[in-house]
Amino acid sequence: MLIRGADAVFADGVKPCDIRIQNGVFLEIAPALEALEGEEVLHAEGLTAFPGLIDMHVHLRDPGFEKKETIETGTMSAVKGGFTQICCMPNTKPVIDNKVVVTYIKARAKEAGRCKVHPIGAITEGQKGENLAAIGGMKAAGAVALSEDGKSVQNTSIMANAMLYAADFGLKCLCHCEDASLVDGGVVNEGYYSTLTGLKGSIRAAEDIMIARELCLAGSLGLPVHICHVSTYSGVQLIREAKARGVAVTAETCPHYFTLTDAAIMGFDTNAKVNPPLREERDRLAVIEGLRDGTLDCIASDHAPHHADDKNVEFNYAAFGISGLETSFALSYTELVRGNGFSLPALSALMSARPASILALAGGKIEAGQPADLTLADLNEKWTVDPAEFVSKGKNTPFAGREVYGRVKYTLVDGRIVYREREDAANDR
Amino acid sequence: MKRKDILGLYDMDAAEIDGILARGLAFKAELKAGRKVFHALAGRSMVTLFYENSTRTRCSFEFAGKFLGGQVVNISAAASSVQKGETLVDTGKTLDAMKTDVIVIRHPAGGAPHLLAKTVKAHVINAGDGMNEHPSQALLDMLTMRENFGSVSGLKVAILGDISHSRVAKSNLYGLTKLGAQVSVYGPRTLMPAGLDAMGAKVCSSREEAVEGADVVMGLRIQLERQKAGNFPSLGEYAKYYGADGEVMKYAKPGALIMHPGPVNRGVELTSGLIDGPSSRIEEQVLSGVAVRMAMLSLLVKEDQDAYPRS
Repeated sequence: MLIRGADAVFADGVKPCDIRIQNGVFLEIAPALEALEGEEVLHAEGLTAFPGLIDMHVHLRDPGFEKKETIETGTMSAVKGGFTQICCMPNTKPVIDNKVVVTYIKARAKEAGRCKVHPIGAITEGQKGENLAAIGGMKAAGAVALSEDGKSVQNTSIMANAMLYAADFGLKCLCHCEDASLVDGGVVNEGYYSTLTGLKGSIRAAEDIMIARELCLAGSLGLPVHICHVSTYSGVQLIREAKARGVAVTAETCPHYFTLTDAAIMGFDTNAKVNPPLREERDRLAVIEGLRDGTLDCIASDHAPHHADDKNVEFNYAAFGISGLETSFALSYTELVRGNGFSLPALSALMSARPASILALAGGKIEAGQPADLTLADLNEKWTVDPAEFVSKGKNTPFAGREVYGRVKYTLVDGRIVYREREDAANDR
Repeated sequence: MKRKDILGLYDMDAAEIDGILARGLAFKAELKAGRKVFHALAGRSMVTLFYENSTRTRCSFEFAGKFLGGQVVNISAAASSVQKGETLVDTGKTLDAMKTDVIVIRHPAGGAPHLLAKTVKAHVINAGDGMNEHPSQALLDMLTMRENFGSVSGLKVAILGDISHSRVAKSNLYGLTKLGAQVSVYGPRTLMPAGLDAMGAKVCSSREEAVEGADVVMGLRIQLERQKAGNFPSLGEYAKYYGADGEVMKYAKPGALIMHPGPVNRGVELTSGLIDGPSSRIEEQVLSGVAVRMAMLSLLVKEDQDAYPRS
């Protein structure tokens, strides 16, 4: 296949290029390539070609919570959002804590046949924080990392052991950071808006303490660690300092932490209930600076789809989470590139090359010989977020009605078009 | 009243609050004269839907509805289909289907009345939601102040105690500042929420500072059932450093009123000397409560009287 006329995003800049794909890999990337006899041509004039987007923090809910999402609908949502590879968190039912569940997810994802799905195994059996999960077996079946996402391993000694044992299998722990005793039922950030609404708040330290703990463990053990969904200015600073000291830490944040503040909870909108909670403006700004200076390595959506029944209840009883796969790219592009002067290569690194490097995944760059994973977007198209248009089962978004720029037109995985905005739009541009 | 629901004082303006207080004062005068038969709610139905225990608020709303001539049904969560797992939204739809005109709800989760109000056609009155608001309590407090001082504007009101868990303090802060009163607050730092200063309160660093020059000193009930361990060492220490007693009242204006939303933990938030003394308005507050709730109900349903013709 020949992709013609797109502006391709490379690490060092954006260049108009034609891209030839053969046998699922990039073959040639050069200006003005001639179509070969019988070669399929995708006219991509006016579109920007990003190395296939990678989301290393997604909840697919399958097995166990198929009412919220399935591997089928979750991967549809992913490719509509431009993602070619996603990593799915283990808080399913049963928990991904053994090779059987890893194998099930990989098989279902293969059947679905859209993006690549990399399971993340639990750190402890049943995510109970006690015995180590079957880490070796999960790795052999294809797990790419470990996480207790949704909570922290509260016992520090167990966490230290987990990091050591995981390292034997070349796996990193992706740490959701939350001191349970300090959160103590808090549902929002503690501050002006928690007082206004009377909703129970949790202070930044509840997140920061666990970030600091994981940094101490990583530094002390000489092992790498990854911090999930950083939301506090103080957490960004802790990670910045640790990096300066040489700790092998990487970190992610999510679009909602750099586009929203806790003002979004006013009116008790349960779609703005997320964990960690939306924080204040100083945090939002610090997260953007963290992304700019490399303290935060990448953007993940923390796609957390829920059924309306889980959200149309009292705020305290509502589920945490935002359905994020279909808004992550546009929110990031709009806020960071249009709003804060990030370059397209910088955005691309945050959403593709860096997550690939953190998890040692193939892909993440447009380069001859690499898997032909590609996201083609129209960056000038302005659109309005409408959850009714989500293909994810989770319509839970606080962004409904928000105007954003950047519309994904095509998503290619291993050289195959797995998403096009309009089914009949193959070549009518 | 140009609104469907009364969910809190946060989004109510001074004119609306004034209107409720004026009507409440008129009702209170009639109640004091012994009248208990009114007609504003004749031909209407009202449900009190209580997911938390309450004696005075529920009883006060029930009397208010009945004095106004309404048909009142009381539902408490312990004896309802809530126990069978029904959601608030479904309970609301059920009450709506019975053509309920007004639902008075108390709920442990902040924002529950807002969710209900979005769901039902009935008027919704918040009778206390979690740590959010308790508008009728603040209105009855302000009515009591207005009755005593002629006006709320310019008053200095000190609120002492557990501000974090207190929906009463929040609603009072909104209402009092809108009517031009000054509010100072003081309590243990473990029970002081963030952002009170941004909400217009003077956050004090001692009970003496809070009470200095006050026209009204308001104690807040320590909700022992809501307290987790560790917010303060003991009730004795709480009473000594954060309660009101004769000593601290020397800092207030002479004759400053003592108020409390009740029920009082005697000797904790207030000493018995203050509760039973001449400046106490605690019992007066109770009758104010019935009157102000009658005002809320009658003003809320007035707008749609033509929609439900009385035959």
